[in-house]
Amino acid sequence: MLCEECRRRPASVHITKIVNNMKTEMHLCQECAQTKGELTIGFEPSLTFENFLKGMLQPQTLSPGTAVGVRTQRCSNCGLAYGQFRESGRLGCSDCYDQFRGEILPLLRRIQGSVGHTGKTPGVSSAAASYRQQIEELREQQRKAIIEEKYEEAAKLRDRIRVLEKNLREAERQEGR
Amino acid sequence: MSLQDAVNNILSQWMKGTGPEDDIVIGSRVRLARNIAKIPFPAAANDQQAAHVNELVRSVVDSTNELDLNYLSLIDMPKLERELLVEKHLISPQQARDVKHKAVVISGDELVSIMVNEEDHLRIQSIYPGFQLQSAWEQCDQVDDIFGEKLEYAFSTDLGYLTACPTNVGTGMRVSVMLHLPALVMTKQISRLVPAVNKLGVAVRGLYGEGTESVGDIYQISNQLTLGHSEKEIIQHLATVARQVIDQERGAREQLLKLGQAQLEDRCYRAYGILSQARLISSQEAMQLVSLVWLGVDLGLIKEVDARMPKSLVVLIRPAHLQKLIGRNMDAGERDVYRASLIREYLQVHH
Repeated sequence: MLCEECRRRPASVHITKIVNNMKTEMHLCQECAQTKGELTIGFEPSLTFENFLKGMLQPQTLSPGTAVGVRTQRCSNCGLAYGQFRESGRLGCSDCYDQFRGEILPLLRRIQGSVGHTGKTPGVSSAAASYRQQIEELREQQRKAIIEEKYEEAAKLRDRIRVLEKNLREAERQEGR
Repeated sequence: MSLQDAVNNILSQWMKGTGPEDDIVIGSRVRLARNIAKIPFPAAANDQQAAHVNELVRSVVDSTNELDLNYLSLIDMPKLERELLVEKHLISPQQARDVKHKAVVISGDELVSIMVNEEDHLRIQSIYPGFQLQSAWEQCDQVDDIFGEKLEYAFSTDLGYLTACPTNVGTGMRVSVMLHLPALVMTKQISRLVPAVNKLGVAVRGLYGEGTESVGDIYQISNQLTLGHSEKEIIQHLATVARQVIDQERGAREQLLKLGQAQLEDRCYRAYGILSQARLISSQEAMQLVSLVWLGVDLGLIKEVDARMPKSLVVLIRPAHLQKLIGRNMDAGERDVYRASLIREYLQVHH
């Protein structure tokens, strides 16, 4: 039997409707049944965790301070645009956390209820290495900010570098250097 | 080879082992999400970067003598073997489906497995029989130290371990306990328990089947938050909640015995009757009946069956385990026939 609608593909969906005691029958193919809205079974459920998280990332739920330009901003390490993160709910690399920090922190506060890690840290020696690396990266960003005359941002970076330097000294002391 | 030997060969250590409260707690699992700094997460990585992660992990495995770790590339593995690993809970269904650049590292005793290039570069997990969250954590922690020493993890001092999804950031830890809760289901208390437990930051889901519906009355409870609490605190909290659920299940079992032992005994024995006579059975029907027999055995109502039999049947009746036992691929219709005959034979052995 061919589909009543397109008369090209074989009918695979058979629908019997009874409205006011009037019985009508339809024989459609999968595509036509979907476009006519007669087929609702077999669709992906809409309430999945991914969709839920995506919903939380949409502009209206983000903090009011989020600038429009953020959407097209890209991570300099992996190239992921913030807009892509909003779509997928997944970040591209570890650097994204740093580069989209202003957007991610309020989100984490909402979904995790906290932004302070108190658990395990990688072995002490690698902790120092990680501090050194982070400091280096922030210095680079600071240099860039100064060249672009973004002094407010540069000052913020300087404060973060100071905290990390203190942590680095502590880590090195524990390593016995 | 006898059926019992074949079963012993195929069952994963954590499924045949024993542990505290193992009449209700099937297993305890700890999973840590870890990534390597700078390299894009698997979904964003190109072929070269993904292959590099595999090489890095492989070199760590090659350089350690601990735990008898084996590196297995999933693209080289037959589909049935991959599905078997999913049923053993050693890899996720996603990891088995899309195998490009995917690998798994498994310890000799199968208590430790590490998924490589799943959602994160590394997903280290440890799974123990019964209620043994502390042992599972210590094991996972040890493996994490081995890899953390050789790889530069993506870590930030304030946000902790950085993960592809922000819901895993911080400790990167997901702790879960698998529970058999037939009495809470039978007395309809499960629908009240789920929201109560949710309020405590703990998620509940059916292990088999969709959403909160569960086939075989097996549920998994796990922590929802990963940031702001230490690993120890997260484990303690989940253990406390799990303890409550176990006590509630025991209470419901007593209640069922008190209110109608004859009815309960009848239900359990009818399930036993079908399982020991059926010639054709779907995995869904088998799960439901095994759950009842399991309850009957736990309460001392069914004396013909060995106490450990139902727990292993839950896994043995699943498609990959069945096909592995018979040694060839079977379609769903054939499996229903073989499943029924396996159950009959297995019940005889444990008579």
